[in-house]
Amino acid sequence: MSRWVIKGIRTGIVTTRYPEKKEETPGTSPGLPEQVTGIAPENRETESRCPTGALSREKNRLNLRQERCIHCFRCSRGTENPIPWKNGFEWAEIRNPEAVVPASLRHSLHIRVVDAGDCGACLNEIKLLNNPYYNMHRLGFFITPTPRQADILLVAGPVAEHMKTPLLKAYEAMPAPKRVMAVGACALNGGVFGPGFVTGSGVADILPVDIEIPGCPPPPLAILHGLCLIAGQLKNEPNAATGTRKGEK
Amino acid sequence: MNIQEIAAEIQSRWNNEIKLSTIAGTLECRCHREHLVPLCGWLFNRLNCHFAGLTAEELPDRWNLDYLFTPAGESGIIRINTAAPLKERNFPSISIAVHAADWHEREAEDLFGLTFEGHPRLGDFILHDDAWQEGVEPMRENFSAADVLSGRNPKPDWRPRRILKAPGAFIMPVGPVFSGEAESVHFQLETIGEEVLRAFPRLFFKYRGVEKLAEGRSVDNGLLLAERFAGSTAFSHALAFSMAIEKLSGEEVPPRAEVLRVFMAELERLRHHLGVIEGICSSTGLAVGTGQCAILEEEALRISGALTGHRYLFGLCIPGGLSRDFDKTALKSAAERATDIVRRMNSIEKLLINTSSFLDRLEEVGAVTEKQAHDFGLAGPVARASGYSCDTRKQLPYGAYRNFDFDSPHEREGDGYARLRLFFAEVRESGRIMEQAAEKLPPGKTAVPCNPDAGTAISTAETPRGATWHRIRIGTDGKIKRYRLITPSFANWHGFHIAAENFAFQDFPIILATFGLSVAENDR
Ligand code: SF4
Repeated sequence: MSRWVIKGIRTGIVTTRYPEKKEETPGTSPGLPEQVTGIAPENRETESRCPTGALSREKNRLNLRQERCIHCFRCSRGTENPIPWKNGFEWAEIRNPEAVVPASLRHSLHIRVVDAGDCGACLNEIKLLNNPYYNMHRLGFFITPTPRQADILLVAGPVAEHMKTPLLKAYEAMPAPKRVMAVGACALNGGVFGPGFVTGSGVADILPVDIEIPGCPPPPLAILHGLCLIAGQLKNEPNAATGTRKGEK
Repeated sequence: MNIQEIAAEIQSRWNNEIKLSTIAGTLECRCHREHLVPLCGWLFNRLNCHFAGLTAEELPDRWNLDYLFTPAGESGIIRINTAAPLKERNFPSISIAVHAADWHEREAEDLFGLTFEGHPRLGDFILHDDAWQEGVEPMRENFSAADVLSGRNPKPDWRPRRILKAPGAFIMPVGPVFSGEAESVHFQLETIGEEVLRAFPRLFFKYRGVEKLAEGRSVDNGLLLAERFAGSTAFSHALAFSMAIEKLSGEEVPPRAEVLRVFMAELERLRHHLGVIEGICSSTGLAVGTGQCAILEEEALRISGALTGHRYLFGLCIPGGLSRDFDKTALKSAAERATDIVRRMNSIEKLLINTSSFLDRLEEVGAVTEKQAHDFGLAGPVARASGYSCDTRKQLPYGAYRNFDFDSPHEREGDGYARLRLFFAEVRESGRIMEQAAEKLPPGKTAVPCNPDAGTAISTAETPRGATWHRIRIGTDGKIKRYRLITPSFANWHGFHIAAENFAFQDFPIILATFGLSVAENDR
């Protein structure tokens, strides 16, 4: 047994300093396309390549609706006019400001994860929040097996038909105040699956969503950013230049 | 027996009543429904052919059913085809003779409304009876995927089909929402207290109708589904999808892309297996081991992310090649980092096999025999850990795999520990393949344009969890008409209950973890 202890100590600390410090290690996030200007109005090639309608046109400007983007790279590869790409992961958006946890409670929050039909990628990134690299325990976030102890219901997947009832039951079993966090493009709008005969168009179809985390899948840091926002550990400040929000301590 | 010998034998046994043709290594047998059971049973039980899967399809004038087999220890595919007019819905069930076909027939019954005579349990499989009324047949042509069904009349009082009746016995329901961040699946644990007699999974809570959604989509859009229905093995499925499309377009993928594809597929396998090993450590409550493996998994994800732009390799494989190029130095340094991961994994393995409290939990737990692996048509590492050989990369080599020097490791015992050893061994092999790929990367293009002609194509690839089969029919408009996904998780979930018999309650998560299953891949 002692050899495990030595192994553990030898490994040292690998944990990210985020949110205190920036995290820019390559490979921690897929990033997003950047908003671009100066495209001739008649040139519609780029946005027509986007399969999810994430790129919308305003005269000569191409806007990104990040909640729709699934990092398919169709707009940046295999085209004459590749769209530039930007790193980062602070994509979470609060939908209901009242859901932000009051200051006295923000350092201990329990999360019940519900898989409402995800593909395994979102769930894996959620699992990795417990990874030594991210270690969400240090910020006071804990995964709980029972919704009865949960402060946050974290839902991934487009909400498959058979998961509607279990999801509702989990929500009903939570104590108030209930907070719902939708994680990943599928949970936000159905992604590449819904809406259809057996999948909905996201969690908001059946539950009030308080915070949304875009991404396909959102990397662990993006989920962590969202958790810090809903916990009030980070402030939600709109960044006028890019239309995205930056976390600030 | 190889394909030619099998063909000759079929000819003599069935007196030319079965029409045979061999095209590109695939033996096609067109037979009438009455010959189906004897023929399939003979292939499966006498020749020990592996049953890969069943695909059903509604054509304008007939039902078209394909049963896919691969000969034992030989290369090639055997496709048994049978057809019937649309008004006839009855087919004989082959699952009495070919047990591996059991779930495939249940699926076709549920989604197409076909009946398989002699099948002991049809109904309530993919479409749960407590959510849908009878008579919904979503895979039929006249059913629109965009329709939101109204007027549901489900049976909310669903009960398990078998209820254990023994003194002191009860059924413990687990899931679909259970554990920390587990995928949604329901289990009925038949238990008499500490000891669990049997565990039956009830799946398809995550059924998203992927095969139906693909119908009418463009190839490019279908690729998104292939990638995202099982995101943790996205690249392998995108690869299988692309290979099918390439067959229909007759395009040759450039050699550089073929080698890069091997590199990426092995990177995915390495990362997937590290995740499984981590899961096994965590199921036994070994905290440091879990943490150590988790570090390696995250590093493998970062290699993928830094190299390709996406941690799960989304958007990389396209019909005709890859969506982008890589330079040799980047590839080499990624391969070096992967080798370093393998080295550190080896030292974790050493610690693990010297931790007796850990091994005690795995040895003789959840054992599967080679015969059972064959009977249930198990796939991938789970089958190989029982000594059942079934590696597509070796048996039906695709892409550049022929030019690589690698092993397909096997074990004999088929217990939890054998499966763990197998995952370790496969990570090492993946590391070796990646090194070779980075070394021998040929120059040239990474993609050619790829426009499929109308027609049907089947492709198979070895995903980290085992062989997957993608069958795609493209219509004259260039759109997808029918998309069939046969996945390794479907086979392994079918066989899961044989490993989950007569075990102590606390062993349940361990058995589950050593199977390395994906619910998303099964449910589709
Ligand atoms: S990456 Fe794909 S989904 Fe995102 S904006 Fe570009 S084309 Fe659209």
